[in-house]
Amino acid sequence: MKFSEKWLRELVNPAIDTQGLVDQVTMAGLEVDEVEAAAKDFSGVVVGEILTAEQHPNADKLQVCTVSSGSEEFQVVCGAPNARAGLKTAFATVGAVLPTPDGKTFKIKKAKLRQVESFGMLCADDELGISEDHGGIMELPAEAPIGACIRDYLGLDDNIIDVDLTPNRGDCLSITGLAREVGVLNKAPVTFIDAPEVAATIDDQFTVGLKDSADCPRYVSRVIRNINPQAETPLWMKQKLERSGVRSIDPVVDVTNFILLELGQPMHAFDLDKLEGGIVVRRAEQGEKLVLLDGQEVELNTDTLTISDAKGPVAMAGIMGGEPTSVTADTKNIFLESAFFNPITIAGRARSYGLHTDSSHRFERGVDWQLQTKAMNRATALLLEIVGGETGPVIETVDQDELPSARQVTLRQSKVNSMLAFEMPAAEIEEILTRLGLGVEKTSTEGEWSVSVPSYRFDIAIEVDLIEELARVYGYNNLPVRTPMASMPIKANDETIVTIHNVRRALTALGYQEAITYSFIEAGLQKKFDDQYEAIALANPISAEMAVMRTSIWPGLVKAVQYNQNRQQNRVRMFESGQRFLPTDGDEIIQENVIAGVITGPRDPEGWNAGKDAVDFFDIKGDLESLLALGGAADEFSFVADRHIALHPGQTARIERNGNAIGFIGALHPNLIKELGLNGTVYLFELNQAALCQGKLPRYDEISKFPESRRDLALIVDESVAFESIRQITEKHAGEFIKEVTLFDVYQGQGIESGRKSLAVGLTWQHPSRTLNDEEINSAIDAVVSALASKLSATLRE
Amino acid sequence: MENIQSLLAAGTEAVAKATTTQALDDVRVQYLGKKGELTALLKGLGKLSAEERPQAGAKINEAKQALQDKINERKASLESAALEAKLADETIDVTLPGRGQELGGLHPVTKTMERIEAFFAGIGYSVEEGPEIEDDYHNFEALNIPSHHPARAMHDTFYFNANTLLRTHTSGVQVRTMETQQPPLRIICPGRVYRCDYDQTHSPMFHQVEGLIVDKNISFADLKGTLEQFLREFFEEDVRVRFRPSYFPFTEPSIEVDIDRGDGKWLEVLGCGMVHPKVFEASGIDPEEYTGFAFGMGVERLAMLRYGVNDLRLFFENDLRFLGQFN
Repeated sequence: MKFSEKWLRELVNPAIDTQGLVDQVTMAGLEVDEVEAAAKDFSGVVVGEILTAEQHPNADKLQVCTVSSGSEEFQVVCGAPNARAGLKTAFATVGAVLPTPDGKTFKIKKAKLRQVESFGMLCADDELGISEDHGGIMELPAEAPIGACIRDYLGLDDNIIDVDLTPNRGDCLSITGLAREVGVLNKAPVTFIDAPEVAATIDDQFTVGLKDSADCPRYVSRVIRNINPQAETPLWMKQKLERSGVRSIDPVVDVTNFILLELGQPMHAFDLDKLEGGIVVRRAEQGEKLVLLDGQEVELNTDTLTISDAKGPVAMAGIMGGEPTSVTADTKNIFLESAFFNPITIAGRARSYGLHTDSSHRFERGVDWQLQTKAMNRATALLLEIVGGETGPVIETVDQDELPSARQVTLRQSKVNSMLAFEMPAAEIEEILTRLGLGVEKTSTEGEWSVSVPSYRFDIAIEVDLIEELARVYGYNNLPVRTPMASMPIKANDETIVTIHNVRRALTALGYQEAITYSFIEAGLQKKFDDQYEAIALANPISAEMAVMRTSIWPGLVKAVQYNQNRQQNRVRMFESGQRFLPTDGDEIIQENVIAGVITGPRDPEGWNAGKDAVDFFDIKGDLESLLALGGAADEFSFVADRHIALHPGQTARIERNGNAIGFIGALHPNLIKELGLNGTVYLFELNQAALCQGKLPRYDEISKFPESRRDLALIVDESVAFESIRQITEKHAGEFIKEVTLFDVYQGQGIESGRKSLAVGLTWQHPSRTLNDEEINSAIDAVVSALASKLSATLRE
Repeated sequence: MENIQSLLAAGTEAVAKATTTQALDDVRVQYLGKKGELTALLKGLGKLSAEERPQAGAKINEAKQALQDKINERKASLESAALEAKLADETIDVTLPGRGQELGGLHPVTKTMERIEAFFAGIGYSVEEGPEIEDDYHNFEALNIPSHHPARAMHDTFYFNANTLLRTHTSGVQVRTMETQQPPLRIICPGRVYRCDYDQTHSPMFHQVEGLIVDKNISFADLKGTLEQFLREFFEEDVRVRFRPSYFPFTEPSIEVDIDRGDGKWLEVLGCGMVHPKVFEASGIDPEEYTGFAFGMGVERLAMLRYGVNDLRLFFENDLRFLGQFN
C-alpha cells in the first residue's frame, strides 16, 4: 500500500525523520518497499495566472503569454496547447531551478524564442518531477492563490511510502491503521477520525435484503438525492488519492476511494435511478452475467456473492461494481453501500475471475466488522460538503448471529518467558498490548491475562499471536540469542549406502560437469525420448517448453548438449541427478531419483599429445562401470542388449542389477541427432539412484600364498555372440578355482572368416592352499573349450 | 730407479689424457697389466742385491699404487660425466601440460546446498527428502494455509489438478516427517521447488533448504542463535544479521532475516519462525509440550551472493563456460 507521509503525520507525528520512520515500520513487520519523493527538488515555481495568450508571430506552435505572479506580470513564450487566458498554472520564474529527468538541475534564464523574449517557463507535471504526465502545462483550480509557492500549495514536500503488507495485517491497509501502528511504536498520540452521525434530511431509503447473511452479516446503506454532478473533487483529496496511487475520477467515486484509504472500509456508490426494486445480497445463479466497471462481461459462478436488484446482479460483492448501475457524470441520486463481507466468502473469488481490486484485497484479509456505520457517516459528510444533496437515513441491515464474535485470548506469562527465552515484565506486556488496542485484564490465575481482540485484528486468535505482537513491538533484535542444546540420539550411518555425494564426486573425477535442467519439458521432446509413459502434464504451464514432467533426465541433458555445441563447446561430459515422474494406472505417481550422464566430442581434452578420437559407447560404459563399482557390488550389475526409442538400435543396453532392469545406456539415435541439430555422436546413460547406491559391506577374503596359473584362449565365434555369454560359460566350466576371466583382444578382418570374430580371453586360476598342477589346468581348459564349442560354436584360432 | 719416477709421470699424464673409460683401461693395461711397464720393473729386481731388493720393490709398488689411485679417481670422474651427459639427454619440457582427463565439477547450486547441509549435519540435523509432486494437504492445508487463504496468492502454484501440484516449498517434507517421527526432531529438507513465475529474478524452478527443530523448550532465542551462526559460517564473514517481523501461515512469530555484508545494504536471505501450533496439531504433536522453529532459504539466492552471480537464469542454462567456473 502506498501512502503519503504528510497524510500519516496529520494523524500521528512522532519526532523521527522519514528514514527513521521507514526503518521503524519495516522492523515492526510492515516492510517498506520504496520511498519516493512526491516531487523532485525544485525552487522558484509559483502559482501563476495566464492573463493573455496570443499566437507567436514567428512560430505556429508557440504562444506568447502574459503571466501574473501576483506582484508582477511577465511575458512568457509557451508551447503547450492548453495555455490559455484565465488558466492558473505552475510558473517557473527567472532564477527558478528545475529538475531534469537524469537527476540533474537547470536554471531558468531570460531567453529569446524566435525573436520574442521570454521571462520564465510554464510547467507541466513531468517538468517538476511530480509525474510522468506531459499532457500540457499544469491546470490548477481557479481558487489557487496567485503567487503562492507551488511546493506549498501542492504539498509537494512529501514522500510516497510504499509498504508491502503481509496478508495477516489487513488492519494496516488504511492510513488509520498505519497511524495506529506508528503510534504504538513511538508511544505517540494518534488522532483518529471522528465521524459523527449525519442526520437524514429526507426519508428516502432503498430496500436491502440479506439472502446469505453468513456471507454478508452487515450491510449499511443510505440514499443521497440531488447531488451536484458538476462539483469537483477538492485538491487536498485528489492529492491524497493520487499519492496512494488512486486516480481521481469524479467526486462520488473519489469519496468512496478516500474512505477506503482513510478508514479501510471499501464502499460502493450506485446510481439510484438505475437500480430496480430493492437490493438483495445473494450468491449468483450459475451463468448470470454482469458487465463490470472495467467494461468486461463476466459469467458468474454460484460461489460468487452478488449485490443484486430486481433485474439481476449489479455488483460482484466486495470485488467490483457493475457498469450499468455505476455513477456517471449525469448521476443525480445515489445509493451508498458500506458492508462487511465474510473474508472466506471473498477470498480467492477475485483471483478466480482474474481480478484483483483494492476492495477485494481488503475484504479477503478482513475489514473491521464494526466500521461500516462510521464509514457511512464519514462518506456522507464528505459528500454533502463536496456534491451537496439531501440524505436519507442510514439503514443498517444486519444479522448479529453471523457477525464475527469478539475474541478473548488467554495469555500466560510463563509461555511468554519460555517462547522468548526471557522474562518480559508484566507491566511491559500490559502496556504493549494496550497500546495495540487490545483489552487486557488479569484473570484469577497468577501470571495470566484475558486479552480481548479488537474487531480490526483478524490475525490474533491464539496465545502465540499475542506473543508475536509482544516480540514485534519489543523488537526482534532486542530479544536474547542462544544456541540450542540437544539430547539427540547419534544418527545411524549405514555404511553399505553409497551417498549421492560420493556418486557426484566420482563423476566429477571422471570429468563430468554437473548440470541442473528443468523438471518440466516440452511435450514433443518428451515423446521423442519415451514411448512407454504418457508424461504428466501441468494444468497451468508457464510455457509450452515447460509443460510436462520429465520421465527421463535425457531430454534436458541433450538440450544442454545442444546449447553448448551452439556455443563452440564441443567436448561435453555432463551428468544430472534428480527426480523423474512416471504415471501409473491409478492416481499414484512414481517419483524416483535417477542419475544420468551424457558424453560427446573428443575422448581426451585437446592437448599436445592427446588422441583425437571421438568418444564411443565403451567410454561411457567404462565411466558407468566405475560408478557401479562404488558400492563394492559391481558383480551384481550386468548389461543386456536391448532397444530404446531414443537410442541407436544396435548400441543400446539395458542395465540390470541381479536381473532387474534399472536403467539404459547407449548411443543417441541418429534420427534424434539430426532432428536436434547436434554434431557427432552422443552417448547417454540413466539409472535408478537407489539401485546404484545400495552397496555391500566389504568382507575380507584370505590372500593365497600360492602362485596363479594363467592360460590364454583365442576363440573364434559368430559376430553376434555376446562376450557376456562367453564369460558366463567360461566361469561355469573352468572349475572351482577360476579367479578371473579377462578379454584382452577383439579382432575381425583378415584371417577371420567374415561373420565371425576372434576374442582373446585370459583365464587365471589360483588355489587357496596349494599350487595347481598342469593336469588340473589343462582339464579345466578342455572343459571350457568344449562347452564353448557346443553352446556357442566357438572354435580355437589356429 | 729413475725409471720408476719417469714411468709414473708418463702414466699419470696418460691417465689425465684418457677421455673414455676404455682409454683409461688401456692406460691401466699399459702400465699396470701383467705385461705393463711398471709391472715389468718388478722383473728387474732379480738383478739387484738382496739388501737393495726390498727397498726397490717397495718403491715400485708405491708407484703402482699411486698410478692405480689416479686411474680410479679418473674413472669416477669419467663415469659421473657420462651419467650427467646421459641425464642431460633425457631432459624434458616440464612445462608441457600433463596428460589425461580433466576434472569436472559440481553445479554451484549443489555446492551451496552441500555446504548448508554440512553445517546443519554438524549440529545434529539429518537430511530428509520428499516428493516434488505434492498434494494440496501437505503443501498447504497441513501448514495452516486453507484454500481461501490470501497467502496462497504468494505461492504461484503449478497445478496438475485441484489436489495435485508441484510443491512450492519443501515444507511438505517437514509435515511428512512430523507425521512419522516423534520429537525431538532436527531435520533439513533440501530440494527443488516450483513457482509459476519467470523473469530475471524469478525462476519457475529453484532450490530450497528448509529446516525444522522440534523439542521441549525451543525458543525464539534458539532460532536467532542458530541462524545467526549459520549465516556467519556460510559467508565466512562477520555479517551483520537482523531479524525482521514477517508473516508465514505456518509459523508464529514469523521472521525474515536480512544480512548486511558491510555495504550498509540489507539483503533478505531467509524466512523462519516458531512452528505454528496448528501445524503441530495437524501432525499430532502437542504444542503445549513441544515447541520448535522452522526456516527456509533459497539456495540460488545464497549462491548468487556467495559467488557473485548476477543472473538467476544462468543456473539452469548449463553453459559449460559458467559451470566450469565453480570447479
